[in-house]
Amino acid sequence: MKVTVDLDKCQDHGQCAIAAPEVFRINDEGRLEFDDAPAEELRDAVEEAADVCPVQAILIED
Amino acid sequence: MAAHVVVAGAGMAGLRAAERLRAEGWDGAVTVVGAEPHPPYNRPPLSKEVLAGRADAGATALRRRGSVEDVCWELGRRVVAASLADRALTLDDGRRLAYDGLVVATGLRPRRLAVPGPAAGRHVLRTLDDALALRAELAPGRRVVVVGAGFVGCEVAATARGHGCRVTVVEPLPVPMERAIGPELGEALRRRHEERGVRFLTGRAVTAFAPGAVVLDDGRTVPADVVVEAIGSVPNVEWLDGNGLDLSDGVLCDDRMRVEGRPEVVAVGDVARFPNPRYDDVPRRVEHWCVPADTARRAAATLAAHLAGRPLDDAPFAPLPSFWSDQYDLRLQSFGMPALGDRRVPLEGDAHALTGGVAMAYHRDDRPVGVVLIGVPASRHRHYRELVTAS
Ligand SMILES: Cc1cc2nc3c(=O)[nH]c(=O)nc-3n(C[C@H](O)[C@H](O)[C@H](O)COP(=O)(O)OP(=O)(O)OC[C@H]3O[C@@H](n4cnc5c(N)ncnc54)[C@H](O)[C@@H]3O)c2cc1C
Ligand code: SF4
Repeated sequence: MKVTVDLDKCQDHGQCAIAAPEVFRINDEGRLEFDDAPAEELRDAVEEAADVCPVQAILIED
Repeated sequence: MAAHVVVAGAGMAGLRAAERLRAEGWDGAVTVVGAEPHPPYNRPPLSKEVLAGRADAGATALRRRGSVEDVCWELGRRVVAASLADRALTLDDGRRLAYDGLVVATGLRPRRLAVPGPAAGRHVLRTLDDALALRAELAPGRRVVVVGAGFVGCEVAATARGHGCRVTVVEPLPVPMERAIGPELGEALRRRHEERGVRFLTGRAVTAFAPGAVVLDDGRTVPADVVVEAIGSVPNVEWLDGNGLDLSDGVLCDDRMRVEGRPEVVAVGDVARFPNPRYDDVPRRVEHWCVPADTARRAAATLAAHLAGRPLDDAPFAPLPSFWSDQYDLRLQSFGMPALGDRRVPLEGDAHALTGGVAMAYHRDDRPVGVVLIGVPASRHRHYRELVTAS
């Protein structure tokens, strides 16, 4: 699974990091860091993260 | 006919309900009927990026899961009546739509000011079309009067200042956003708005519209090229009239999102009034962005189990409400239900100056029921969120 985040849209809400902490993390500077090729078992969590992103910045490509 | 679920309302709650039904194993037909011509889209940007002109309409479309590709979308169609006893809806083109399961997801519409005067130049903000119509009116020097200093009103005021408009906010209560966040943070945000050039007329109500002006209850006339009515919302429930339901404030549901006495009817999103055992057993409507997803998860589990003849699992339903608002460069983030608190406890920062991050807890019976953060980086949100989930 390939994950991209539109960083022009992302406003560091951090909702994704609550939904899928294995994949998304807000670093100490308050900026988003993420794993762009997470394991397939994490698909549900990543879908959930994409749903809860308030600015819909997360894209999942298969 | 094969079993069929109808979702009334194609907003975020309607979309999430369809997706969760699929996730719960419902593989029968699903029809979503939506009054707006647009596929489900995201409303928060309407008062922020879209109104500011930083995002175009297309950017608000909600991502749809692949599982709902076979759903039938009836867009630009309104449900006008329902007979729950016959399990059938009537659409505005006269068609009858039978269902085995029904999801109520018709959301809210703006409340209008019931005062006399011409309708020209008066706006509300709920839909994409509303946002585009209002945006077209915002230009440097135009006089904008926002009626209502809730979140939508204050966001509109901030965005209109960004366009160079001359902005006045009229609010009957003494402090903006007071009901939601209390007087200290409400006052602090008011000062931030005033520093940016917004004028507040609080403790004042609009009694009439005149050509190019609004008239206040102290007799004053405030010139206005554009008026925005942001005085709250009304649930879209009239189509459910005549079925003996409690529609006094949205649709009353139990903790499984079921409409009373109807195991095949559930409600989701802003229109649903449901209890949250995290706080008490009082059913409430919650107008937050997180609610469509949380209630859709619960409602779809309930409905899919009912339609499949499966027993319901007995997990409790106690979602954590969360809300954010953007005004100028400030991000406000709320967790829990601050409005239920009777005492405010500052946790961090200088609430008066609003420089750096500010955090405030809201206690009821000495227990934190909510926390509001202003300008606190997202890396620290989890810490504060845990404060209100732990108790
Ligand atoms: C301008 C604005 C800014 C916001 N900003 C924030 C924010 O910053 N943070 C936050 O947490 N929340 C925010 N919200 C709240 C959030 O957007 C809502 O909680 C959410 O949109 C609710 O979704 P819903 O699907 O329940 O209802 P709605 O979005 O109202 O969707 C209901 C849909 O049903 C349709 N419908 C109504 N009646 C019928 C009928 N009879 N037949 C068929 N269809 C019908 C409607 O046309 C509508 O499309 C904001 C809301 C607005 C309006
Ligand atoms: S939820 Fe969305 S906006 Fe927030 S950090 Fe994640 S990708 Fe960015």
